[in-house]
Amino acid sequence: MNDPEATGGGAFSRRTFLKGLGTTAVAAVAAQTTAVAAELEKVNAERILGPGPVPVTLTVNGQRLKLMLEPRVTLLDALRNYSSLTGAKEGCDRAACGACTVLLDDVPVYSCQKLAVEAQGREITTIEGLATDDKLSKVQQAFIEKDALQCGYCTPGFIMSVTALLKQNPHPTVDEVKHACAGNLCRCGTHPHILQAVFQAAGVKTTNKTEVIHA
Amino acid sequence: MPSWPAETKYISQPTLRVDAPPKVTGRARYSSDTQAEGWLYGMILRSKWPAAKILSVNLAPARQIPGIKAAVVVREGEFTVRFYGEEIAAVAGTTKQACLDALRAIEVKAEPRNDFAVNENEARKDDAPQVWQGKPNVAPGRVRERGNVDHAFGECAAVIEGFYTTPVQIHNPMETHGNTVSWTDDGVTAWASTQGITSVRDGLAGALQLDQSKVRVITDFMGGGFGAKFGAGVEGMLAARLSREAKAPVRLMLTRFDEALAVGNRPSSFQRIKMGALADGTLHAFEAENYGTAGIGAGGDSGGGGGGADIPMPYLYPVPNSRVKQSAVAVNAGSSRAFRAPGNPPASFGMESAMDDLAVKLGMDPLAFRLKNDSNEVRRQEYKIGAEKFGWKEKYLTPGSSPGPVKTGIGCAGAAWPAGGPSRTTQGEAQINPDGSIEFRLGVQDIGTGTKTVIAVVAAEMLGLKPEQITVKVGDTNYPPGPGSGGSTTCASISPTVYDICQRGLQQLQNQTGIADARGENWFAACKKLGVNPLAVHGTWIEGLSNRPAYGVQFAEVAVDTETGLVTVKKVVAVHDCGLIIDTLTLESQINGGVIMGMGYALYEERVMDDLSGVVLNPNFETYKLPGIADVPEIEIVLLNMPERGVIGIGEPATVPTAAAIGNAVANAIGVRVGSLPITPAKVLAALGKVPPVAQT
Repeated sequence: MNDPEATGGGAFSRRTFLKGLGTTAVAAVAAQTTAVAAELEKVNAERILGPGPVPVTLTVNGQRLKLMLEPRVTLLDALRNYSSLTGAKEGCDRAACGACTVLLDDVPVYSCQKLAVEAQGREITTIEGLATDDKLSKVQQAFIEKDALQCGYCTPGFIMSVTALLKQNPHPTVDEVKHACAGNLCRCGTHPHILQAVFQAAGVKTTNKTEVIHA
Repeated sequence: MPSWPAETKYISQPTLRVDAPPKVTGRARYSSDTQAEGWLYGMILRSKWPAAKILSVNLAPARQIPGIKAAVVVREGEFTVRFYGEEIAAVAGTTKQACLDALRAIEVKAEPRNDFAVNENEARKDDAPQVWQGKPNVAPGRVRERGNVDHAFGECAAVIEGFYTTPVQIHNPMETHGNTVSWTDDGVTAWASTQGITSVRDGLAGALQLDQSKVRVITDFMGGGFGAKFGAGVEGMLAARLSREAKAPVRLMLTRFDEALAVGNRPSSFQRIKMGALADGTLHAFEAENYGTAGIGAGGDSGGGGGGADIPMPYLYPVPNSRVKQSAVAVNAGSSRAFRAPGNPPASFGMESAMDDLAVKLGMDPLAFRLKNDSNEVRRQEYKIGAEKFGWKEKYLTPGSSPGPVKTGIGCAGAAWPAGGPSRTTQGEAQINPDGSIEFRLGVQDIGTGTKTVIAVVAAEMLGLKPEQITVKVGDTNYPPGPGSGGSTTCASISPTVYDICQRGLQQLQNQTGIADARGENWFAACKKLGVNPLAVHGTWIEGLSNRPAYGVQFAEVAVDTETGLVTVKKVVAVHDCGLIIDTLTLESQINGGVIMGMGYALYEERVMDDLSGVVLNPNFETYKLPGIADVPEIEIVLLNMPERGVIGIGEPATVPTAAAIGNAVANAIGVRVGSLPITPAKVLAALGKVPPVAQT
């Protein structure tokens, strides 16, 4: 496959980088570094993937997903474009908006910044995997009841971040919730309702201060 | 004359958003989620020059990339590009990776122009490079005058002069612009991320020279627009042409980077305002000169300054003597588009800043000064209610007198949105089935405002059913036509239409079944009597149930750290009149959203252009900052329900006064005006004389 990114002269592979380190950059510890580089090179040589498609097996929401992917395909790309799991959204494709958040072994990650090949062997949970037997999770239910969404495009990402938070910390403070959601952006401006939804899901009663006056 | 029921079960109550379940489970299919059979990935090659003549584009190397199925040039032959990011060519392929490779392989021969202007103040100079060759960058100014301004200033007890500026703001909906387009011999189907399915349909039909009946546009779910998503866009035309060539559907969604370049923004404003009042505080004289840029012009076909940068001045307050001069400046940057309440947030910032500055000079409380001059009864009432709730009297200190290094301050501002109201040609239909199920179909789209929910609430109310018993279908040009979702018009358009459909449905049920009142508990019995054939009912918007305009006022409390310059918004009280409220819950969401977007405008958001290279320097979320959850203050909302006015939209007014209220609160805190949005720490420190001012280019 004609693939300039992978084979072009300017490309910096991990091997050439390590070689460079070994021979020039750190002459003082050259012997040791060279040995490490040589060792890494050997290990890597056996593991070099691509540039063409390789078989990838992902465990998503408890189901096995077998795909043929170029190693440079991200987890987000694999989910959205090589399977029908379009719940994780692409908002920026550069780890800034959080719409693509999924759980890797219960840890929220930006799936746009994880290569699919790296996610093999991990338990991947997407928004589609939260409801069990058509019963919504507490977080999903709270997002509905508090209207913690408008256009809804950022919603899967927020719900995954909040789900991970509450699993680890069932009774978070306001600041802890804000910290957990700091990596998720919402342009419709739904944040106040998201906060209410998180506390409702955590079993804390929230009061709505909105007042309707019949003028 | 029709009227809304006096007693309501669902209208004006909190009803859960009917399409929330698919949105929280990932089942909702957004336009960018479309996976049409055999779909290809599409991508656009954009100009890396802010101004250039494109001599030739060689697509052959791109076509050689494995997986590439089509490649097209925007225009045949030589053509001119006028901003960094203008579209040149596009490719479609089986993977995103193949497309990325193909874009790199395209060979473009171009004559870059080194003379370009990307900043308003450079472009205004007489010797500035012309964005549209042969046409001056600054359009002839428009001057409006009433009374005798020059004489009137002499009669004023206090006069202030200020320079208030607002930046170019980028819409940045979370879902980028784009479509999946399938063009076959039968016609075109486009799954569009749009606020206007009908305008996309007609735009595609026109550009592709197809009958409008041969183009179908579908928008089941879309991820926000805020005014930037009314047309098919260049990206829509390119996707269609790629589909034609590849004989497959093409999904072409823009990148986040592209969003900052080519698909709209809010024009900037540079407002030099002189304003004077009589000794009793009555506004008497107003003079303003404003310029701003709409990029290369609205739509790219109006050279010489383009349109779209004018703002309503003097805003809100009647001034007997006024002179306003406005002009738009063309720069080598992407065109502006409508952006939530076009013209109003910048006008509000300029005018309401000037109001506070003049109040200070007069020695008046800014709220009292407003009440003295604002003749609008609704807003006057809102100021009184809001001031009470906010605790204005208790909180107000003279400017700069808050003690300590972190100073608190308060401010307020008013809004108007006169352009709302209904689209009178809105239509819709319902199919009533013998089993009692009912489906409404309207050719509108739900952009996150709750359109589907509004339809369900109104229908449930009128038919005596529950909202969850109403099936709602929107977002398809095969349904009866409705307006684009913009300008706070949708709710006022569809509510009377659904009312009409329901009334006609009930009448026809009575005619066919003999049941006099088919509502509520009689519904299923009546429907059963229909026999085999469902009943199809068509309805239209009718007079007397909707209205315009909307007003609103907001109060803000801020803390300003005078050592770091950081502004923290502590609290916002938003008081808004909403006519007859349909759903208090989704309404509350929309007002929160307006406030938060206004807060971004006040403190964080600004497109930054580089003079030397002509590029947008912050085309991503790391450097173009949106408010995050930690920035959001406590927002208290007061909704004025005014059923006698009928249904009124609220999307625009909710975002109009926020930035001005925050700006006034900052000035009140530190005792000196920061007249330039966004109010960054650097500008606060400069206003305090602690650092040199940021050079304004």
